[in-house]
Amino acid sequence: MRYTFLLYSDQKNTPDQTPEQMQKSLKTFGAYIGALKEAGVFVDTDWLQPTETATTISMVGGKKRVQDGPFADTKEQLGGYFVVEVTDLDAALAWAEKCPGAYYGNVEVRPSAMPEGQK
Amino acid sequence: MSQNPKARAAEVARVSYGKLLAVLAKQTRDIALAEDALAEAFTRALETWPHEGTPEKPEAWLLTTARNKMRDQFKSAAHQTSVSLDDIEPVMNDLDPHNIPDERLQLLFVCAHPAIDENIRTPLMLQTVLGLEAAQIASAFLVPSTAMAQRLVRAKKKIKAAHIPFIVPEKSQMSARLEAVLEAIYGAFSIEINDTDSNPNDNEDLGLEALYLADLLVELLPNEAEVLGLAALLNYAASRRINSEHFTPLKEQNPATWNTPRAERADNLLARAKEHNKLGRFQIEAAIQSVHSQRRFSGTTDWVAIVQLYEGLLHLAPTIGAVVAQASAIGEAHNAKAGLARLGQIDPKTIENHQTAWATRAHLLAEAGDNKNARTAFDKAISLTSNTKVRAYLEARLALIQTSN
Repeated sequence: MRYTFLLYSDQKNTPDQTPEQMQKSLKTFGAYIGALKEAGVFVDTDWLQPTETATTISMVGGKKRVQDGPFADTKEQLGGYFVVEVTDLDAALAWAEKCPGAYYGNVEVRPSAMPEGQK
Repeated sequence: MSQNPKARAAEVARVSYGKLLAVLAKQTRDIALAEDALAEAFTRALETWPHEGTPEKPEAWLLTTARNKMRDQFKSAAHQTSVSLDDIEPVMNDLDPHNIPDERLQLLFVCAHPAIDENIRTPLMLQTVLGLEAAQIASAFLVPSTAMAQRLVRAKKKIKAAHIPFIVPEKSQMSARLEAVLEAIYGAFSIEINDTDSNPNDNEDLGLEALYLADLLVELLPNEAEVLGLAALLNYAASRRINSEHFTPLKEQNPATWNTPRAERADNLLARAKEHNKLGRFQIEAAIQSVHSQRRFSGTTDWVAIVQLYEGLLHLAPTIGAVVAQASAIGEAHNAKAGLARLGQIDPKTIENHQTAWATRAHLLAEAGDNKNARTAFDKAISLTSNTKVRAYLEARLALIQTSN
């Protein structure tokens, strides 16, 4: 079963990081990615730039609308994600609670809706 | 055992419903699908058993019928599912209808899974393990039947879509996960009974269902102290369950009217729990009820012991209900003034609409001779109860002090 972890956090909690902090973050996340890979459950991950860099596009109703900024301007923003392949929700939650993102924000765990053959 | 096929089907339903549902739902995690198949099997039983006679092994008959129904649904093109027939074929074929495994424990852990909203865990257990209708559950929880049905459907969808596993948690997870199961069973028990010292003599609550689940859990996990503690607590409560038109507070009850075998079972469960030397909240609550139950032999109640037990309970699981109950016990052990002083330590805002707190205050004030304030407190307690028997009792108590000062 494939699950996506959506990492939400308050960007104000992570202002411009010093190079040392950045190094530390990269190391923590690197170790986590290593653990996922070693367990054979890693599928994909990305770390996203702040929401100021976002552009939102919609084609609803056949009309193109482009907006500067994120879709929803909330306090906690999507900052990155992980995709893992594990047997069930218990296994997914066990990995989610080890995710560094859970220690400064929230990790939403969502099961995949993609039919087996198309993954 | 009943010979009437209709009664026999009802009997089998009571004992086997959860067992059959757990087995049918386990592989696909599709509880709704299993429920439909099982409902169909019970309908067929009611149609055919009266003509053809009750099968020798009714459970096996029901399982085979439900299983065929599920297989048909999987084969029908209309059934959209992420689980293919290949996934369920093994369980369909491997299952020996004559030797049905008991997977109700797994089902209980699914219902009380941390990923399932706390408020729906108890209803989910009542429906899946005991086969209660959403409407019955809704009326006990005082919510509209459609709202309850929707919440149940949503929870079942999540179990299926998120792949919540039908397993017994491993040792490291056990105590936290078990606590959620116990809380959910206790939830069914405490729905109408907010005060552990009051008498659950109302047949409309879910006390008997909770008792069934607690006793079942003892059967499935016989060596967990808190499982034994909860079952002891619910057996004590059941021992004092009387079919009466009137509400009688515990201290005014005649122990001769209590159900002795139930009380003895409770004594035995609590003694077994203590052997594990792992004290917990439910064991303390059971111990409090055990002190009350001792009145069968001694004729008196050791209120000082009860006050101390509540102190222990407040350490482990502080709740407003426990402080209120302790205040009431202090009123008995010492005097009404001391009881009122204990009540006074609670932040008034938190008990503004707490029925038991107002009823306790009213009794203590009346006992202390402050009839004026007692009347106000009785009025408030009456306005907060939806239980007609409790209301009648409180009104009678109020009438006693209506004219005096």
